Amino acid sequence: MTQNNRPLSPHLQVYRLPLTGIISITHRMTGVILAFGLIFYAVSFFVILQGNETFSGIQTLLDNIWVDIAVGLFFYALFFHLCHGIRHLIWDVGSGFDKEAMDKNAIIELSLSLLLTLIFY
Amino acid sequence: MVEFSLPKNSVLQKGKEFPAPENAVNTRRVEVYRWNPDSGENPRIDIFYIDMDDCGPMVLDAILKIKNEIDTTLTFRRSCREGVCGSCAMNVNGKNTLVCTKAIEDYKGTIKIFPLPHLDVIKDLVADMTNFYAQYASIKPWIETQTPAPADRERLQSKEERAKLDGLYECVLCACCSTSCPSYWWNSDKYLGPAVLLQASRWLEDSRDESTGERLDELEDPYKLYRCHTIMSCTDTCPKGLNPAKAIADIKKMMVIRQQG
Repeated sequence: MTQNNRPLSPHLQVYRLPLTGIISITHRMTGVILAFGLIFYAVSFFVILQGNETFSGIQTLLDNIWVDIAVGLFFYALFFHLCHGIRHLIWDVGSGFDKEAMDKNAIIELSLSLLLTLIFY
Repeated sequence: MVEFSLPKNSVLQKGKEFPAPENAVNTRRVEVYRWNPDSGENPRIDIFYIDMDDCGPMVLDAILKIKNEIDTTLTFRRSCREGVCGSCAMNVNGKNTLVCTKAIEDYKGTIKIFPLPHLDVIKDLVADMTNFYAQYASIKPWIETQTPAPADRERLQSKEERAKLDGLYECVLCACCSTSCPSYWWNSDKYLGPAVLLQASRWLEDSRDESTGERLDELEDPYKLYRCHTIMSCTDTCPKGLNPAKAIADIKKMMVIRQQG
């Protein structure tokens, strides 16, 4: 759309999105992470079923602290995605749009997903 | 289309620096986006140090002071200086606002002023709003009727019917919300954006309008309406305290209810 070599005004470079906006893009990214993570999960189950050796192989992998942290983050991504999905459902029925509720609900969903991670991981 | 970085001709450069007058005690650093179409150069950031003891309270006052006393070539839109004309919408410290109703006091430290985000810049803080206005026209922002008007009076509304327009009619079309929306940044050629959708909602809610069905038909499109992903930046930034995100959700709800029959 640029005419006369007009520059495009800065956008992402200068804009400070509200917390809910940052959560929105994170929701998308966690969606991608979950899709790939599930492939890894499915493959690891398949590998486990191959016998003793592969079972202990996966066991050793999971004992690695970094893999452990990655699985923890995967759980958080899962519950975060779930919680924001629920917030979307609430929005879809037409509530939770008040400016005052914005940051409050964002903090609720972030804490709830953290709590769920701690319970289930 | 999603493009995270700025095109080559839009990358910012360092600009000039204008120091405060020597006797100034209470100064404020103000950074302003500049671009001169005649220079052939990239946009730059000029730095002005302003004597706050000799400046009005609003961000617009600081901008006017720069134009009147420091650099007369600074270009921007302004008119009413009381938040009803919508001309002076700009990006200040990362959020869009009307600079005439925004107090300098509300910010700490440096004030950074940019044109509304992700638009073609005409000069300095003046951005090209052609597409925005064309989109506004496309939703037919007037009452459409099939029935003849009553012969002896206007088309009347009850108090309740009129109340439905509260929170919608106050919009001054400053475009702060639309240009705060990442979805609008990437798809402004097809997505109508929060401001225009809030206006669409204003005519859908109007009890005197008789084209609700046609209006909804027009909006039933993967891009025009449904590129709203409830990012909520619009509601967060609206200088009039309106709620475009809610208005868009209301339209989506009307679509669903209509399909249910």
